[in-house]
Amino acid sequence: MATRVYECLKAIGDKIIANKDFLTDLDREIGDADHGVNMARGFQAVIEKVPEDEADIGAALKKTGMTLLSTVGGASGPLYGTAYMEVAKIFAGKDTVNAEDFKLALEAAIAGIQKRGKAEKGEKTMLDALMPAHDAFSEQLASGADLVTALDAACVAANEGVEFTKTIAATKGRASYLGERSIGHQDPGATSATMTLEVIRDFLKG
Amino acid sequence: MVGLVLVSHSAKIAEGLKDLTSEIAPKHNGIIEAGGMEDGSIGTDAIRISEAIRLANDGDGVVVLADLGSGLMSSETAIELLDDAGINVVLADAPLVEGTIAAAVSAMCGSDIEAVVKAAEDCRGVSKIQG
Repeated sequence: MATRVYECLKAIGDKIIANKDFLTDLDREIGDADHGVNMARGFQAVIEKVPEDEADIGAALKKTGMTLLSTVGGASGPLYGTAYMEVAKIFAGKDTVNAEDFKLALEAAIAGIQKRGKAEKGEKTMLDALMPAHDAFSEQLASGADLVTALDAACVAANEGVEFTKTIAATKGRASYLGERSIGHQDPGATSATMTLEVIRDFLKG
Repeated sequence: MVGLVLVSHSAKIAEGLKDLTSEIAPKHNGIIEAGGMEDGSIGTDAIRISEAIRLANDGDGVVVLADLGSGLMSSETAIELLDDAGINVVLADAPLVEGTIAAAVSAMCGSDIEAVVKAAEDCRGVSKIQG
């Protein structure tokens, strides 16, 4: 029987695969039109390679990260791969998720992406979704909210972050070649990061 | 002898570059290409790059030369994956073709890793058509 963590990873993969064309179209506007294709290929491999009976969340996420590193192909590979591998360290040996660990996981993902991509907030990247999501999550937690409530707030903030990426110019990655002309388009990476958070929230609610 | 790993989004570019180095450094067995994805599509694969680094290393260290974008990010990731392997590995900040040829010549001459990296990085900004 498939474990909870496998089911959650599969749900993330299904969402990314279902949105392959949408993500690729976003990337066609400002990048190299491969984000959806690459991420779908990566998560197809994740669904196949992570053992369905893996109960250790850390081990499942580490396998996810390694698989993304070797199958995505574009910059999202090392970025998401590093993020998943950093988050894996938070959940090593654990088979449940609590709010405090989830906050640490968001921090680890952001730190991993920053280490790899050397981006800051406001450069039209996935950080523009994840950093506001983390801030909203932490705020909710500080005021006593539970995991799902805090994740709801994080998803709202992440979506606002995606909207914000429409208003700014890219300074990192292929989209930076377009400079000011990238304004008006939402960032594909911020979009896929937000989708990921939404799937996790829906999964934990369900 | 210092090893070299050639990273490109395209398997053909990496293989072609390896062929080019075998003309000038035919006796260097530690030049390993890591181009494209396992299934042959365009892209870079940090796991394959880290395996190539292991293969290229004979104890004198390895210089990685990469094309652009995720080639650099995947190479950095590959180097991190080898943190515990005790391999002296450096990602050169150099143009792929010119840097690789310069590095191969330097490695063949028995230079240490710092000198091989410098040979590659000295190719930055070299004008091809002298005005």
